[in-house]
Amino acid sequence: MIINGVRIDATFAEAFPMKATRAIITAQNEKWALIAAQAMTGFATSVIACGCEAGIERCLTPEETPDGRPGVAVLIFAMGGKGLAKQLETRAGQCVLTSPTSALFAGIESDIKIPLGKNLRYFGDGFQIAKVIDQASLNPSLAKSSSTTKRYWRIPVMDGEFLTEATTGQVEAIGGGNFLVLATSQPQALAACEAAIDAMKKIPNVIMPFPGGVVRSGSKVGSKYKALNASTNDAFCPTLKGMTNTDLSADIESVMEIVIDGLTKTDIDLAMRVGIEAVCALGAQHGIKRISAGNYGGKLGPFHFHLQEIMA
Amino acid sequence: MSALTFTLTIQPNQRVDMSPLVCQALQQRELSEIAAMPLHCGKKTLRVDELFTISGSDSSHIIIKNSFNKLDFIGKDLAGGRITVEGDVGAYLGLGMLAGSISVVGNTGLYAGAEMKKGYLEINGNTGDFLGGALPGNKIGMKGGLILVKGDAGARVGDHLRRGMILIEGNTGDYCGSRMIAGTIAVMGTTGQHVGYAMRRGTLLLWNTPHISASFNDCGTHTLAFLPIMFKAFATLNSRFAESSTAFNRVQRYAGDMAEMGRGEILVKH
Repeated sequence: MIINGVRIDATFAEAFPMKATRAIITAQNEKWALIAAQAMTGFATSVIACGCEAGIERCLTPEETPDGRPGVAVLIFAMGGKGLAKQLETRAGQCVLTSPTSALFAGIESDIKIPLGKNLRYFGDGFQIAKVIDQASLNPSLAKSSSTTKRYWRIPVMDGEFLTEATTGQVEAIGGGNFLVLATSQPQALAACEAAIDAMKKIPNVIMPFPGGVVRSGSKVGSKYKALNASTNDAFCPTLKGMTNTDLSADIESVMEIVIDGLTKTDIDLAMRVGIEAVCALGAQHGIKRISAGNYGGKLGPFHFHLQEIMA
Repeated sequence: MSALTFTLTIQPNQRVDMSPLVCQALQQRELSEIAAMPLHCGKKTLRVDELFTISGSDSSHIIIKNSFNKLDFIGKDLAGGRITVEGDVGAYLGLGMLAGSISVVGNTGLYAGAEMKKGYLEINGNTGDFLGGALPGNKIGMKGGLILVKGDAGARVGDHLRRGMILIEGNTGDYCGSRMIAGTIAVMGTTGQHVGYAMRRGTLLLWNTPHISASFNDCGTHTLAFLPIMFKAFATLNSRFAESSTAFNRVQRYAGDMAEMGRGEILVKH
């Protein structure tokens, strides 16, 4: 398959089941909501060493947030529920509770609840106040829906009160959707990835957790060093073309990867499609030669994203 | 199916215990069976059809017509469904109700919504003392759900309130929020003496400045983030509480009762 001179490899991205949650951070203005969100989703590029993968999904208008202030939706992904809960709580406590004017709310419904501010309340040292809003009582037609009771904690802090919802939902999700951009120069590869990220940021339910959404150090499983589980993906390293079993042709000088975590396969399919479309729109005339994807032979991850099927 | 309707035909001199006539107790029952159910009236036991004519068949919605102020225990332990009362009711309306909704067009007596656990109780007229309170001797009042009063309430609103919300469009009597354990009481009108007397935790949200007891301490004026969320939740109510013009988030905060635990608060619209 060739789109605008860019070859789409007949390969697939291999992804894994993860647990995910969404939190909504609000603040006095978008600037401070973003500051809190950036802090909360910092150092969360890969579960390999960060404990979770997290990113800003999008900014929210005051009409979209529970307290009518500007907000930011963040998605956090982890390999298991316990890890997700721990990461969420730690990050909420250190990055959102501490951020001026912030408030924190659940961003996703699920029967499985994980603590959001439930344990942060102890920071209030006994002065914290719970407020329960029972939607079923306010509107009896909702009585049969799964989660109609919301508990909020008001924690006194030095700038006023930190308001947080007690829990948020935990859902099944997918992590590790990806594609590789192979270009004739590093600036061209980066420009293509930037275009892809701009397009992909408009897709809901996905994040691209690496810096700026782009990863330049794609990895393979294993290493010559016993202590390491992963090491540089030498087959796609342009400087190793002459000394390893390379996957690059002579004209490729730079490869960058975009990794996508999403709530469903459909979300990742869509994000990959718009991302690859944006890359291909630049085309061969801007040095983009191939789109490929990272996988482990299909034996490790149950979710396979076939590039040519996605772009069909 | 039309609502199961009980129309009162005579007003007995003695009080009537209406607790058997709740939705869950009337399911799958023929009208003849319902007509034969016993109701305690003073020291007598009467058949339902000695007091009411019965029509309709949908036991998930009960209508009581021509009600008056001696019909006690309407909706006691209601576990679901809807009860509509046309007229006044006596004491213990919705006592210990577990779910569902009760709406009263007229006034109610003492202990409306006392010890209710969940559900929605709407009183379009006035209500007596101990709204959402605990029965005498008991230490925990209403534990959840919502009570909306469009008229005035008597004394001791939310006595021993544990959780849930009581919204009052009118005025209240003395000792509003007395001995509150937690929960929220909002009063648009005026309140009597000794507001929040011996409250431990919980929130009294007032539109008018009350007489603040010496055992409450002024914590200053604040903009509180939870208030818009709470008002937003009221949007579905058929009430002045649902009007966006009534909402506010800036309050004067008084903490107390310092003679008790002192973790409660009186928030007065600023």
